[in-house]
Amino acid sequence: MYKRMKRLFRKIGEINNRYRQPRIEMSKGVVASLMFLGIYLVFLVCLIVYKFILLVQGVQ
Amino acid sequence: MNFFSKLYYKFRKVWKAIQLYLVIAGPGLVVMVADNDAGGITTYAATGAKYGYNLIWFLLLLIPVAYYVQEMTVRLGAVTKRGLAEAIFDGFGAYWGWYALVDLMLVNWLTLITEFVGMTAAFRIFGVPPWVTVAGVVMLMAIMVLKGRYWTWEKISMLFCALNLIYIPAAFMVNPSLTEILHDGIVPNLPGGFNGQLFFFLMANIGTTIAPWMLFFQQSAVVDKGMQEKDIPWGKFDTLLGSVLTVVVAIFIVVVTGTVLKGVDIDSAGQAAEQLMVSNHYVGAFMAIGLFDAGLLGAICISLASSWAFGEIFGWAHSLNQKIKQAPWFYAFYFFTLITAGLVVLIPGAPLVLITLFVQVIAVTLLPAALVFLILLLNDRKTMGDYRNTVWQNISGGFIVASIVVLSSLYGISVMFPNIYQ
Repeated sequence: MYKRMKRLFRKIGEINNRYRQPRIEMSKGVVASLMFLGIYLVFLVCLIVYKFILLVQGVQ
Repeated sequence: MNFFSKLYYKFRKVWKAIQLYLVIAGPGLVVMVADNDAGGITTYAATGAKYGYNLIWFLLLLIPVAYYVQEMTVRLGAVTKRGLAEAIFDGFGAYWGWYALVDLMLVNWLTLITEFVGMTAAFRIFGVPPWVTVAGVVMLMAIMVLKGRYWTWEKISMLFCALNLIYIPAAFMVNPSLTEILHDGIVPNLPGGFNGQLFFFLMANIGTTIAPWMLFFQQSAVVDKGMQEKDIPWGKFDTLLGSVLTVVVAIFIVVVTGTVLKGVDIDSAGQAAEQLMVSNHYVGAFMAIGLFDAGLLGAICISLASSWAFGEIFGWAHSLNQKIKQAPWFYAFYFFTLITAGLVVLIPGAPLVLITLFVQVIAVTLLPAALVFLILLLNDRKTMGDYRNTVWQNISGGFIVASIVVLSSLYGISVMFPNIYQ
């Protein structure tokens, strides 16, 4: 089990190395799109967390 | 004589084109018909029951929406010979790659559960216990992939796609009024005025038209099928035909429930089938068979979408053209997701309604990201060359993607906070 986990983490490390550098040209449009995406996802995660808190508190 | 020889020549030309299409046909047709999965059938059944034929015009608008988004995956797959997951890792780096992959795995697994919910509900109407349905589906899907040929899998899937047309005879059996359909359905109108509930239904219909797994599935299927750049026009035609077919089927479902169950609140397609059974046994049975088929097609595509994506990134052999010994991890992952999703449905008291709602929310965290990545990748001149998006494709595709992002997000939010638009 330990060996398998170790192998899995090694594989993940290899994947991270292989795709360390984004290959697509980082033009202003691409950077802006990725930034928008990041902000959008943070907003969604905050909403989901908020909903989770409401559910835990028993509020619909 | 000259006329007949010309006619024969034309016939031969058309026949050859059909033969060529039949070789290329598959990914677009399968993904589009599978788009009408168990959740989709529920949405269309509920739409018909709530608004009758009045939203048919809106469904027709979804043909170009589905086509424009999915044809991009055909071009990207045929040119790069890579699935979308690998393309995201390669194009945007490991951070966005892991985000997309893990999110895809989660949303696919949850969606797979909803497909099993639909299938078990459909067969329960015929008195089949859920465990028999789950076991039967797993066995059937095992047989489909274990032949070790993509071609076999695809052709069996297309048979199930043909079964999806069962809603068409069902619609004729309820004797709808063609005049009413044309009068109420074709002219754009907003029944009862624009309000929160109508907005929810419109968003739900868009949400079921484009799901994240469809993007990943079709691109991987294009790669596994071995499509080349020269096949792109046929791949596009395949996608267009699938888009039309999926909306046609959706319209016939709306016609069935709009005719028989208008004014009834429908929570699930299984409930619609049960209620239809009361008025017309055969129509109810067709609805249930269609629901099972829809769930099965969804399960077939979704489980493969996950396995292909993981295979691409982890470097496992990941083709349906390989046997279990050649691609053990690919098949292990396939069966793991399939069996665990099936088992969840069999757990007594499992929160299936919560899972069904949760799918919509999680899908919203992946769909916009996948669509934005897709557009950016299609604009990469270095990779796509002559097949990159034109200005017109960017304008139309960009508008569609922006609309989907906004509306699917609002839909996800309305699922979390049901009273927000009231």
